[in-house]
Amino acid sequence: MEKPREFNPSELMHEYLRQKKKFPHIWCSGCGIGTTMGAVIRAIAGCELDRDRVVMVSGIGCSSRMPTYVDFNTLHTTHGRPIAFATGIKLARPELEVIVVTGDGDVAAIGGNHLIHACRRNINLTVVCINNSIYGMTGGQASPTTPQGKIASTARYGDFERAFDLCDLTAGAGAAFVARGAVYYARQIEKLVVQALRKKGFAFVEVVSQCPTYYGRFNKFKSPVEMLYWQRDNTVNVKAAAKTKPEELEGKLLTGVLADRDYPEFTELYDKLIADLAAGEK
Amino acid sequence: MVLMQGNEAITRGALDAGVRFFAGYPITPSTEIAEIMSVELPKVGGKFLQMEDEIGSLAAVIGASLTGLKAMTATSGPGFSLMQENLGYAYMTEVPCLVVNVMRGGPSTGLPTHPSQGDVMQARWGTHGDHPAIVLAPSSVLDCYVLTVRAINLAERFRTPVILLPDEVVAHMREDVTLPEKVDVVDREAPHVPPEWYYPYDDSTTDVAPLAPFGTGFRFHVTGLTHDRAGFATTVPAEVDRAVRNLKRKMDRFRLEIIQVERVHLADAEVVVAAYGICARSAEAAVMQARAQGYRAGFVNMKTIWPFCFKLVERVAESAKAIIVPEMNLGQLVREFDRAVCGRTQVVPISRVDGEAITPRQILDVIAELARPGGTA
Repeated sequence: MEKPREFNPSELMHEYLRQKKKFPHIWCSGCGIGTTMGAVIRAIAGCELDRDRVVMVSGIGCSSRMPTYVDFNTLHTTHGRPIAFATGIKLARPELEVIVVTGDGDVAAIGGNHLIHACRRNINLTVVCINNSIYGMTGGQASPTTPQGKIASTARYGDFERAFDLCDLTAGAGAAFVARGAVYYARQIEKLVVQALRKKGFAFVEVVSQCPTYYGRFNKFKSPVEMLYWQRDNTVNVKAAAKTKPEELEGKLLTGVLADRDYPEFTELYDKLIADLAAGEK
Repeated sequence: MVLMQGNEAITRGALDAGVRFFAGYPITPSTEIAEIMSVELPKVGGKFLQMEDEIGSLAAVIGASLTGLKAMTATSGPGFSLMQENLGYAYMTEVPCLVVNVMRGGPSTGLPTHPSQGDVMQARWGTHGDHPAIVLAPSSVLDCYVLTVRAINLAERFRTPVILLPDEVVAHMREDVTLPEKVDVVDREAPHVPPEWYYPYDDSTTDVAPLAPFGTGFRFHVTGLTHDRAGFATTVPAEVDRAVRNLKRKMDRFRLEIIQVERVHLADAEVVVAAYGICARSAEAAVMQARAQGYRAGFVNMKTIWPFCFKLVERVAESAKAIIVPEMNLGQLVREFDRAVCGRTQVVPISRVDGEAITPRQILDVIAELARPGGTA
C-alpha cells in the first residue's frame, strides 16, 4: 500500500484548522476528541485529499462539534442523522470524499438504524465514531456503549443494559471495513482512518475515547491519564490476540482492522446504471 | 392531451423543473411518486434512493441539495410527522428542497387510502421554533404538475424547503391534461464573490443569500444551531435575533409573489366559498350551480395556503355577507379566516372527516341557506 505523505504535525494543524475563526474549542481538558481530530486531519493530509472535495458531516454531541473547527466543507446536522445526510451527499456527488464524525450516542442510539442500513447499502463513506461510553454534552447520561454496571447520571445505581460492541454490530450489518483504535494509540487511529479513507465501500472506525468530566468522575477514574492507561491495559491488537490464550482476552477490546472485505459499492452501481440506460442497454 | 394521475403529474413537474435527486420511503398514498422517480431519474442522470425511514429520506435530500442538485421527497401523514425534525433543519440552514405530503386521514395511521386535509396546520407549524413556510395545495392533476414546478422554483429562489400538500383524491385521481410545452425554471443564485469573501448567510446585497454547492471551493459551515452570517453557531443576542427574524423577513418581503389565489365571481358575490385541494373543485361546482340558480356566489381557490392570503380575505370581508370554508378536517385553515375577518362578516366552516370528499351538494346547500334573506346557516 502507498505510504502516506510525511509532514510536520504542528504546521499541518495550522493549515487545516479554522484557527482564526472558531477557537478556543468547546472540549474539556483531558477529552479524547481533540486527539482524534488530530489523527483524522493527519490521515486526510496523508492521503493528500483535496480539501475542497472533503465534506465532514456530524450529528449532535461533543464529538459532532469537530466539523466546526476544520477547514473543509462542513455539515453539523441533527441528532443521529449524519450518516443519512452523508449518504445523500455521496450519492449526489460521488467524487466528494465524505467523512462522518459521530459519537456513541449519536450513531448507536438515535442513529442506530441509519448506521446498520448504511453498512448494508455499502456506500463509500468513512465513519469515525468517537466512543466515550457516555452522553457528554448533556451531562453524562448512559449511552448504548456504557458498560453494564457503570455509573451515569441516568444510571446512578449502575447501568442495567449491556453495551453494544460497535465493531461487532457494524461487521454483522455488513460493513466493508471495520476497525477499532483508542486515543491512547493516536498514531494507530491515523493509520486506521487512512485505510478507511482508501477503502472503496462503507468503512467504520471506532475510537475508544475518554470523557474525564463525566464518565471518569462518575466511575472513579482519578485523572484523564488514568483513563488512557485503562485503554492501554484493556485493549489487545487483533494480530497479537491471535497468539494470545482466550482466557487472557476475556473482557479486552480488540483493536486494529477487524473486518476488511469487498462488496459492490452503491454509487458505482448507480453510475453504471445511468451509463447503461444512456447507452440503451436496459 | 393525456390521461394522467396526480402523483404522476407531480413527478413530471419535478423532472421538468430540474429535480435530479429523490430520496424517500414507501407510504400510501404517495408511493407512486417514489416508484416513478426510481425509473425516470437514472434516465436523465439523476439519483434515486430508498432510505430506511422518512427521517433519513429528508436528511439525504438536504445533503444532496447542498451539493447543488434540486432535490425532493414525497410522503404522507405518518412520514411527514417523522420529517418534521429535518424540515426544521432545512428551514434553519436555508437549504432548498421539496417535500410532497399527500394528505390521508389521521391522526396516527388513520385512513391510509382515504383523503383528508388534516395536515394544514402541521405543514405550517409542525416543526419546533419560529419559521416561515411556503405550502402549495393543488386541486387538479394539471395543478399537480404546475404547482410542483412552482414549488421547486420557489424553493430554489428563496433558499427554503417548500411543501406541496395534495390530498389523496387529487394525488390519485386521473384527468385529461395538456401539460405546458415549456415551463420557466428557476435556478438558485450562485455566489458572486470569491470563496474568501463568501458568507453563506449574508443577504445584505441580494434578495436571498447565495448558496454555494459543496465541492466547489467555498468551504463553509452549515449547522442547525442558530448561526451568524458565516454559518457558525452564535449565542450573541443581536446575532440570534437577526438570524431568527431574517428567516421570516425573507418570506414577508416576497409574500405577494408567493401567494397565488384563483378568484371567480368575487365582484358581486354575497357568499364566497374559499377552498383548496379537492374541496376547491367541489366549491367551484357548487358556486357554478348556485349562480345558475340565481344566487350571487363567488369562489376562491387557494393554491398557496401558506403564507395565508390575509389581504384578500380582508377585502372579501368588506363586501361579502358570508365566507364558507369547506375543509376535510375539523376546521384548520378556517381559523385564519376568523383572524382576517375579525367579525366583519360571517365565517362558516364545513367539516368532513369521514374519509370522503366534501360534495358540491353539501356546499350548495349552505350557499342557499346563507343567501336566503335572514339566512344564517
